[in-house]
Amino acid sequence: MAMPTDHVASKTEGRRLDLSPYLVGASIGVLSWVAFAVSKEPIGVTTPLSRVAAPVAAAIFGNEAVAANPYWSPMPFSWDYGVLFLIGMMAGAFVSSLASGTFRLEAVPRFWRGRFGGSLIKRFAAAFFAGALMMFGARMAGGCTSGHGISGVLQLALSSGLFIVVVFASAIIGSRVVFGRRGIK
Amino acid sequence: MSVVLPLLMGYVFGFLLHRARVTDSNVIEGQFCFCDFTMIKVMLPAIIIGGLGVLVLVRIGDAQYYIKDANLLGVLLGAVMFGVALVFFGYCPGTALAATATGSLHALAGVLGMIAGAILYAFSYGWIKANILDVWALGKVRLPELTGVHDIVWFAGLGLIALVLFVWLERRAA
Repeated sequence: MAMPTDHVASKTEGRRLDLSPYLVGASIGVLSWVAFAVSKEPIGVTTPLSRVAAPVAAAIFGNEAVAANPYWSPMPFSWDYGVLFLIGMMAGAFVSSLASGTFRLEAVPRFWRGRFGGSLIKRFAAAFFAGALMMFGARMAGGCTSGHGISGVLQLALSSGLFIVVVFASAIIGSRVVFGRRGIK
Repeated sequence: MSVVLPLLMGYVFGFLLHRARVTDSNVIEGQFCFCDFTMIKVMLPAIIIGGLGVLVLVRIGDAQYYIKDANLLGVLLGAVMFGVALVFFGYCPGTALAATATGSLHALAGVLGMIAGAILYAFSYGWIKANILDVWALGKVRLPELTGVHDIVWFAGLGLIALVLFVWLERRAA
C-alpha cells in the first residue's frame, strides 16, 4: 500500500539561482548600513505604500477629502525616497525572476489550494481582505516586517520587538487553526 | 543621485527577497507551521549584522536612530491583525509587492487590498489616534535604555539564539 508521503511535492523547482537565506539575510543587514549611513532612511514598505494610497483615495473621494485628512496632510504623496524604493524593489524582483526563469503567473498557491481548493474568486477575495487587514494593522502598529521586523528590531526598539514577537505568535496560532498542525504538503 | 539611490536600494532589496524565495507565499506560510525556516534564516542575520553595523555607525556619528513610537496598545492590536492577515495572505507587504513583480496574481489582489486598508486607516485615523495610539504611549524607547542591558548583550543573545537554532536546523536537514 502506498504511503501518504509518496505525494510530497518536489522542492527543487526554480532553485537554480537561489541564494542561501543566511547570505541574503546578511546582505540585507549590510544594505541597512547603507540605508542608515547614506540614504538616512531605514528600509520600510508600508509608510510609503500608505502615501501611494493617497492619490487613489483622491480619485475616489476627491482631492479635498484627502487634503483635509489628518493622516495624509503631514506627509502628502510625492515621488520621494520611499516611493522610489518600492518601484526599485518591484524591478529587482522582476529582473531576478526573469533571469532565473522563475517568472510565472500564479493565481492559487499550494497552501491555499490544499485547504480551501482551487477557486480563483475565493483566493483573490481572501488575499484582498487579508491585505486590507494587514495594512490596517501595520499602520496602527507603525510598520511591517521590514520597517519594524528588520529595521526596527536592529535598532533594538521596544515597539519593534513587541511587534515582531506578537506577529509571529499570532501567525503561529493562526496557522495551526487554519492549516492544521502539520501545514500543507 | 537622489533618484538613483532609492531605486538602487529597492532593486537590491527586491532582488535579494526573490533569491531567498520569500517571494513564494508557500515559503512564508511554511514558517508558521514550522515546515520551512527560510523566513527566520533571512531575518535573524539581517537583524544581527545590520544592527551591529548600525550601532557602530551611530556611535561614530555617521548615522542616527529612527525609533518608532512605543504606542503599546496600537502596536499590540496592529500586530495581531498583521499576524492573522499573514496566515490568510501568505505575504507581508514587502514580499507581496516583490511577488507581484514575479507574476503572483493573488499577491496583486492583496496589494490592492493593502491600498484599500491604507485608505480605511487614514479615514479612521482621528478616532484611532485619540482612542488607541495615545494609550500606553511610551514614546521612542529602546530596549537597552529600558532594561539597562547593553546593546552588545542584546546582540550576543540574539546571536546565540540564531547559532543554536541554525546549527540544529542544518543538522536535522543533513
